[in-house]
Amino acid sequence: MDFITWAISPWGRSVPIHIAWYLIWVAVIAGLLFMIVHALYVAIFAAPKKFTKNDSPAVLAAVPERVPRHSLVARAFHWLMAISMFALLITAFLPKVGVKFDWVTYHWIAGLVLTASIIFHIIHASFFLDFWSIWPDKIDLRDAKRRLLRSIGKEAPPPDRFAKYPLENKLYHAVILLSGLAVIVTGVFMMKRVNTAGIFTRNPYLFGDMTWGMMYVLHGLAGVGLIALIMVHVYFGIRPEKLPITKSMIFGYMSRDFYLEEHDPKRWAVEESSPPQKGYAPSDAD
Amino acid sequence: MAVIRDVMPAFDLLQPSSAADAQKLLQQHGEEAWVMAGGLDSFDWLKDRIKKPKVLVDLSGIDELKGIRTNGDGVEIGAMTTLTEIANHPVIKSQYGLLSQAVELVASPQIRNQGTLGGNVSQDARCWYYRDGWPCYRAGGNICYADTPVGRNREHAIFGANRCVAVHPSDAAPALIALDAKFVIQTPKGERTVDAEDYFLGPEIDITRLNILQSGDLLTAIRIPSTFSGAKFYFEKVRDRNVWDFALMNVASAMVVSGGNIDRIRIAVSAVAPKPMRLRAVEDAVRGKPADATTGTMAGNLAVQGAVPLQFNAYKIPLMRNLVKRAIGGVQEATWTS
Repeated sequence: MDFITWAISPWGRSVPIHIAWYLIWVAVIAGLLFMIVHALYVAIFAAPKKFTKNDSPAVLAAVPERVPRHSLVARAFHWLMAISMFALLITAFLPKVGVKFDWVTYHWIAGLVLTASIIFHIIHASFFLDFWSIWPDKIDLRDAKRRLLRSIGKEAPPPDRFAKYPLENKLYHAVILLSGLAVIVTGVFMMKRVNTAGIFTRNPYLFGDMTWGMMYVLHGLAGVGLIALIMVHVYFGIRPEKLPITKSMIFGYMSRDFYLEEHDPKRWAVEESSPPQKGYAPSDAD
Repeated sequence: MAVIRDVMPAFDLLQPSSAADAQKLLQQHGEEAWVMAGGLDSFDWLKDRIKKPKVLVDLSGIDELKGIRTNGDGVEIGAMTTLTEIANHPVIKSQYGLLSQAVELVASPQIRNQGTLGGNVSQDARCWYYRDGWPCYRAGGNICYADTPVGRNREHAIFGANRCVAVHPSDAAPALIALDAKFVIQTPKGERTVDAEDYFLGPEIDITRLNILQSGDLLTAIRIPSTFSGAKFYFEKVRDRNVWDFALMNVASAMVVSGGNIDRIRIAVSAVAPKPMRLRAVEDAVRGKPADATTGTMAGNLAVQGAVPLQFNAYKIPLMRNLVKRAIGGVQEATWTS
């Protein structure tokens, strides 16, 4: 069973042309399995969360009832990216599983929207937010080890509460960054092969058959990977314990109680007046 | 590149004797089955060993799919009726002469004796890159070899290209669209009837098929209503040689003219797009106008709006303009322009 579909080029070379489309179903099943296993683990085996808390009265007093988490700009970016991502997945894969429609134009338009929004996000996150807040730090790694040990019944100190983003969020962001960049870079080149209303001049000779083939394969692999990733993202977005985070992506803030329960004010400062240390993110409403 | 080897790959030959059996066999074998009508398209694929079906369902023994039946509201032509029989049928010739003209121009007498109406409208694209087995979009690949700066695309599309630029090769198709024919399809869910123009699929919907037939579907008949019975017809096929050639372009029109003005009209062209193209804008524009050269010129200019020529087929734009002009205004009143 091949992961890649191969063909013989006019010059007699065996070249890849795209991924095998059954990988769509592999991704869907992988996403579903992850959800089922996670849901069962949380329901049956997982111990209640326990964090180290030592907030001073001054810190507690400074936390407002509504803790700003995502600015309007950041939320708009997220939902625009979400819409374009869903449009891309729908236009890419429904035709492959038998739902036929005119998908190519919608696909590259959605791709351009995603590309533009990602470029905006990179600039916004690099220069207007704390760039490092979404990357795992030493405390994340230390706490991950503590959480793992405690989950299997070993002795370990309670972990600290999270910074602005839990480690799982940070890892997810890294994976989706890689797959997203892969589909964007390959997708932009692939637009040289289709008519794009004059945006790109067609040039099917830009690369050789092998390079084009690898590009289509990488685009496909990243694409089916995104199926599973988006499924998991939506799953976590609607899990009851994660709903405050999801709501914050809609309304821009989370409750004081949830903030103090799960987030460490030392690692994620919400005071508007105090600039954050590097790696210690303020709310991006700042 | 494919080389004719004259030895077909092995397959199971199934020869049902009824349409119901054929449909069940197609349903049973799904994507592994190949439907063969007259065999003129099929044997090319099979002898080139580009298509290697596991099962071939030969429809030639199904009598109920053959013949022309007339009724009060038109005619019904079995999908396995030969093109020769259609061309010579007295009712078709007298009432629906557009179709007899169209099928009489298909290929050669020998091919028309063997070729069927169902096969003619359901045949695959004739783009040589595709037919030679190159991994183009239509073959499931990721490139159109014809739509490249040096691709040989003189015969290809000027409309409706969407990655693939192959054109639909059928001569009968535009005539059937102009006659407002209905295609009868047996599907696993029962009988389905579609308008002729809806039978054909463009690459934007499915780049690997030219029509809507899916696994398990069988085209059984084509019904031509009496709507345009005895109307004024025009069919012209332009090709590189006068026999045994596919069209560079053809045009088919059916007009009802009263008092010198066009009362009703349907007009379609083929070999300009991946599917036969009904010219609705032209129909709307000329309705109520005199069927003369002036209207024809206007129609021709309107017809080519939006055409996008490839490297070697820009000639198709004036060709289409003039064919449409002749279809509306008549040959004697038309003059060639380029």
